[in-house]
Amino acid sequence: MERDDIIEYSLGAQHSEEEGKKIRKNVWKVTTILSVITFVEVLVGILYSKTVVGDGNLWATIKTGYIILTVIKARYIILEFMHLGHERSSFKSTILYPYLFLILYLIFIAINESLAVYDFNFPIN
Amino acid sequence: MAGEVSKAIDPKELWGGGRSPFSLSYGKMMMWFFLISDALTFGAFLVSLGWFRYTSDAWPISDQVFFHIPFIHSATPDEGFPLLYVAFMTLILIVSSVTMVLAVEAGHRNDKKTVIKWMVWTIVGGFIFLGSQVWEWSGIIAGPDGIFGTYDDTRIGGNYLGGWETINNVLVPVVGPDQYAQFFYCVTGFHGLHVFSGVIINIIILINVIGGTYERRGHYEMVEKGGLYWHFVDLVWVFVFTFFYLL
Repeated sequence: MERDDIIEYSLGAQHSEEEGKKIRKNVWKVTTILSVITFVEVLVGILYSKTVVGDGNLWATIKTGYIILTVIKARYIILEFMHLGHERSSFKSTILYPYLFLILYLIFIAINESLAVYDFNFPIN
Repeated sequence: MAGEVSKAIDPKELWGGGRSPFSLSYGKMMMWFFLISDALTFGAFLVSLGWFRYTSDAWPISDQVFFHIPFIHSATPDEGFPLLYVAFMTLILIVSSVTMVLAVEAGHRNDKKTVIKWMVWTIVGGFIFLGSQVWEWSGIIAGPDGIFGTYDDTRIGGNYLGGWETINNVLVPVVGPDQYAQFFYCVTGFHGLHVFSGVIINIIILINVIGGTYERRGHYEMVEKGGLYWHFVDLVWVFVFTFFYLL
């Protein structure tokens, strides 16, 4: 029996040739951004590797820069390629906030505890 | 975007039952929930890598370990090309992600021919990536210059390469912490498994597209769901690339 009370949500995502052109333009824009970021990362990695710059302040800055660039890349992949930015905002929050909460806590506690373990294993005196 | 997702619907009606409050089909929503659990697994992998890195006294520098490119013999990092090959792998994965988006977009226009074209390119990209990883693994485990083996290496007198030291003006390899190589094989291996299953899923979907299954169904949402998985694989690699090869 055919059911007529079920909404076929997947049909809502369909679009015309006109809209498709706009979407493709956006895809190529995001591609360019991702490639440029990767290129910059690799260039910095070759020119200013840890072997070259040592373990000082410059390396700390580069490290932070890498992490920021990675998060920017991840943002574009999730929101544009995976299309989460164009879903309902309630769904976006359902996906993103629990994950961010758990993972940020995990990062915090792991760094905190591991530094304590390091101090215990390799005391300064 | 047109359709249910962008339609303004009274919250009472939206959450009142009888419809999906997210205006999403069950399958697509569940794919997202699966990806969250998978992302937590990879997050745990990378965070525990950070743990061992912070609790260890010494940690190898990546470009002193991964400096090989195919067909060129480089025995020491000075003769090598750090980051170059892994940058190529990253680019392959990004490009195959783009072709996947284009396949999904063509699916929304019910354009079967274009979907097939981009799906094929996506699968080709997946195979190139897998091949690159096989080359990388075999090179560092058993290659003539690779000393990152899973066995006792006589050159360094231990299991794993940790870096290079200049002794009497000659660069010599030194032993590194076991966890570095163990995490390398674990994380890239688990990611590689995801790439492999992603390629299999894409091939199955491609067969269905060619067979006209989705044409008869009236929509190409399965391509979208497979696409979500494939983008996730790309997303994970972005983080693996940063935390393994850059930092």
